[in-house]
Amino acid sequence: MASVAGNRFKQDERRRNADHVSFLKHRRFRWLWIALMLCIVTGLGYAMIDQEPRPNGGSWYGYTLGTIGLLLIVWLSLLGVRKRKITTGQWSLKAWTSAHVYLGLALIVVGTLHTGFQIGWNVHTLAYFLMLLVIISGIYGVIAYATLPSTLSSNRKEMTRAEMLDALTALDRQLESAAQPLGREQTDLVIAALEQDVFYGGAWGRLTGTYPGCKTNRALARISESGSEAEERVHALLVKRADQLGQIRRHLRIRALLEVWLFIHIPATIALLAALLAHVVSVFYYW
Amino acid sequence: MSDLYEVAIIGSGPAGMSAAGQAAKRGLSHVLLEKTDHLSDTIYKYQKGKHVMATPSNLQLRAGGYEEGAGGGMEFDEGKREFILDTWDRQVAEMGVNVEYNAEVVEVSGEKGDFTLKTKAGATFRAKTIILGIGTQGNPNKLRCPGADHPMITSQLDDPADFHDTHITVVGTGDAGIENALGLSEEALGNTVTILNRGTDFAKAKQRNADLLQAAHDDGKLQIRFKTSPAEVRDGEMVLETETGQETIPCNTIIARIGSQPPRKFIEAMGVEFTSEDRSAFPILSPVFESTKPGIFVIGALAGYPLIKHCMNQGYDVVEYLATGESPKPADEPLLEEVFAGLPGNKPVDHWLEVYQKNVDIFKGLSTLQMRELMLDSTCTAFAPGEVIFRRNEQGSSLFAIAQGSVAVEVDPNDPSITVPIGQGSIFGEVGLISGRRRGSTIRAAEETVVVELSRKAALKLIGSSPEANETVKRISIERQILQMFGSGLTPDDIAPLVASAQTEEVRAGQVVIQEGDDDKDLFILRFGSMLVEKAIGDRQIFLSYLPAGTFFGEMAVIDGSKRTATVKASVKSEVIRLPGDGFLELLDKKPQLRERALEVMADRRRTTDFIESQKDSVDNALELYTETAKFLSEQGIGEATDALLIDEKLCIGCDNCERACADAHEGLSRLDREAGKSFAHLHVPTSCRHCEHPHCMADCPPNAIQRGPDGEVSINAETCIGCGNCKSNCPYGVIRMDPVPPKKPSLLSWLFFGSGPGPGEASYSWRKSHGDPDLAKKAIKCDMCAGIDGGPACVRACPTGAAIRVAPDKFLTFAKITEDVED
Repeated sequence: MASVAGNRFKQDERRRNADHVSFLKHRRFRWLWIALMLCIVTGLGYAMIDQEPRPNGGSWYGYTLGTIGLLLIVWLSLLGVRKRKITTGQWSLKAWTSAHVYLGLALIVVGTLHTGFQIGWNVHTLAYFLMLLVIISGIYGVIAYATLPSTLSSNRKEMTRAEMLDALTALDRQLESAAQPLGREQTDLVIAALEQDVFYGGAWGRLTGTYPGCKTNRALARISESGSEAEERVHALLVKRADQLGQIRRHLRIRALLEVWLFIHIPATIALLAALLAHVVSVFYYW
Repeated sequence: MSDLYEVAIIGSGPAGMSAAGQAAKRGLSHVLLEKTDHLSDTIYKYQKGKHVMATPSNLQLRAGGYEEGAGGGMEFDEGKREFILDTWDRQVAEMGVNVEYNAEVVEVSGEKGDFTLKTKAGATFRAKTIILGIGTQGNPNKLRCPGADHPMITSQLDDPADFHDTHITVVGTGDAGIENALGLSEEALGNTVTILNRGTDFAKAKQRNADLLQAAHDDGKLQIRFKTSPAEVRDGEMVLETETGQETIPCNTIIARIGSQPPRKFIEAMGVEFTSEDRSAFPILSPVFESTKPGIFVIGALAGYPLIKHCMNQGYDVVEYLATGESPKPADEPLLEEVFAGLPGNKPVDHWLEVYQKNVDIFKGLSTLQMRELMLDSTCTAFAPGEVIFRRNEQGSSLFAIAQGSVAVEVDPNDPSITVPIGQGSIFGEVGLISGRRRGSTIRAAEETVVVELSRKAALKLIGSSPEANETVKRISIERQILQMFGSGLTPDDIAPLVASAQTEEVRAGQVVIQEGDDDKDLFILRFGSMLVEKAIGDRQIFLSYLPAGTFFGEMAVIDGSKRTATVKASVKSEVIRLPGDGFLELLDKKPQLRERALEVMADRRRTTDFIESQKDSVDNALELYTETAKFLSEQGIGEATDALLIDEKLCIGCDNCERACADAHEGLSRLDREAGKSFAHLHVPTSCRHCEHPHCMADCPPNAIQRGPDGEVSINAETCIGCGNCKSNCPYGVIRMDPVPPKKPSLLSWLFFGSGPGPGEASYSWRKSHGDPDLAKKAIKCDMCAGIDGGPACVRACPTGAAIRVAPDKFLTFAKITEDVED
């Protein structure tokens, strides 16, 4: 091996030495400071520059703010591409997320100043409110990302999703044989519990964690823990099944809470881009 | 009395069969003795449809019509197991090879010219010469109970799916037995599986397998019977000896996975000597593969060549030698020409072989055959004066030897002009070889220099087979390690008495080397592995620090004569050099600058201890968290890692973008499983390669396809991997998977806009299967730390929240890193 000096050692050492920080704290809040600066500068500009006849998106300062806002929105929406396109190079998705969060928040200021506080029933205002919708859903996302992961991890107890389902299947098999000696009515309760889809409950159940029609709980309530030996055994297994289901449902709930906002954030972003296009085209057309 | 054959060939694997084929072609009277009822049992037992590779691809296959006159011989090319076996069966019949099946040779007597071979069935054969090609697998051990020869007993399980709705008993709870039992207990098969364990634990199995087995038992998928052994085997049932007496269970198949008897004893009984007592040693052989017992030739895996092509060529060569009295030019000649091609003077292979063997100390005890083989696995390079051979901090575990010239070692990182010479015949790079850590100094050629670089595998094989080489490497490495550790200003003469009294000791994982409170006074140098330092604070053992290989410890008690102030124990299997404290003190008295250096280190360590002790009253139990986390990470193998992926579950949103990025950075297969693996205090160790200092996966790779790269990554060469799966079963962390290269996916944009293809990340198994080439062989794949990818590991780059980090244990197992709070 002839030696080459150009290996990755220094870069790798920097990575291994690097502090371990979240996207919010990335590089000592670099993007927070940049976003704050942007807000302050645009705010001061708005206050100090004499816009004639009044502050408006159509003044030169308004166009400046609009251009900054437009570029920001387009760039922010590219996060979705960045996340999926694993190209080479010194980028980090964490840095992108950090910038996305803080610059996105700064858009509230930049966008609002761009409107000159002129609100009406038109495509311009539509774009503005779509932007606010995207940002508000994003704020929820940041809060969810900052608070939910540790509960997700505690609930998981080192089990993977597949293992949780496997554990349930194993319990079901035991339940099936344990329920054989039970009477008709009780057997039906157990069968109903076993036959119910693990993912029953729909979106609402998943988000709220309420499953009023849960057949396992129903069977649990009706099979006494102090009956015959078979009943006791089935009851104990049902308790385990309810626990296992509980873990799966909590997992689903936290995952859903972590993801639900994207169902607003992403479509609203696409609508916003469309509205922006209409906004820009119409502004220039009627110039 | 039977006929006297010219040659008897024992074992019909690729080596023996090729020898027999050549003997038939040459019209040599011969007999091929095979213990089973089919040819080439090892390959016969491969999984059905397994793709067999033909490596090394640059080595020519002799028998395939390569030599004049005797052309058109045994063929072999990569392909499915069935195809290869069919070819061989056909060719053996066409050539008129004289095969005796069911002829297991149990005894060999006589001398060259008239050997007598007895088989188990009682037949005898006589032959002038013997070719041994019986491989290294040996015979599987049998159950020790009546009925041990019952046909329902097998020692092999090709495909668990061959068994369904039946009663199966697995005997033996090593990894093989456990894996078989788990495979057979798959629910869909409907088998009733019982696994017998003579004792109460699974000491022979990997922890992961033991856990899976216990879980399967708890789930009712199979039954483990502890303290139970077979008492008798009968038709359709098995009698078990349990703690409470005998018990009979229904049983239709018994899988006995209770190890095998290596063939060494049988071979030694013939008068064949081995190179050393080492378990991995091979028979001593002449350049024509003749053993120390005249007339007995050893070829194939037993001679140290696990690859099919080598085996077949050797069979051919030995028979050619017997038939003509001359051996053909070795098949590896063109390969050796390539190895030596870069050396000056355009000299022939024999010239360089002689130069290396004569000049390099550690090669002196080798035979020509060993020399050739060693050089095949090595790189020979000439360097101009001043040219860098390797640099400080470069990753490298190979060993260099100087055949001509000399080199200069830059011992001071800040001043390259301070150098220490190493002369012709000596070695360098041994610290990297032993510790598995980065190079300690930059080395340049001091004049026109010719060196050989032995891969770690070749170097270890050399050390294992030549006691002289072993001694030399050991002495030099201890000497250099001491010199390197205590800095410049010392000469080999200064430390000679210390080196002479040094002892190397192996330490098990978890074994205590120094016990707090004891008053022994030795100094230790950690050669390889890593150590954990702990101290009793209050009533708890508190973790102080992690010591990587190449550091010394135990100096405090030596220097200030106090009792041991902390406990030092191995976190993984390690080796230490024990230096007597008196000798070290004498050296300190003579060398004031060394004393200064030792005091500096000591003061530094005291500071760490004091700081950690000062944390004991902190409100949030940081010390406890620190200790427990360090212990957890060490249990997860981080102690032997060089670069491991960790996930902070306080930040992980479970998006699996790390897995997708991994797949997209590597031909579409992810090398990490984020969700699997253990967690402690929200720190998660996913199933992903740790790039161990001494990679377990590298230990047994027949084509030597696993290497450590320049950035420390341990990676598998997909070109040369033969898909044998050894690495997968050797990895204690389960991070290697076997899969064929998946088909190419449509681009991201066409997925985004038109929904074509499976999208980012690893495609589902069914998509890969339906779109891929069904004939592609499975190969081993694992994390390569994104070697060659600008920007570094994709898993870390693609984490949106900063949860994924890759760390080295010596940087991460510190108080500051472990207790840092990422959120506030």
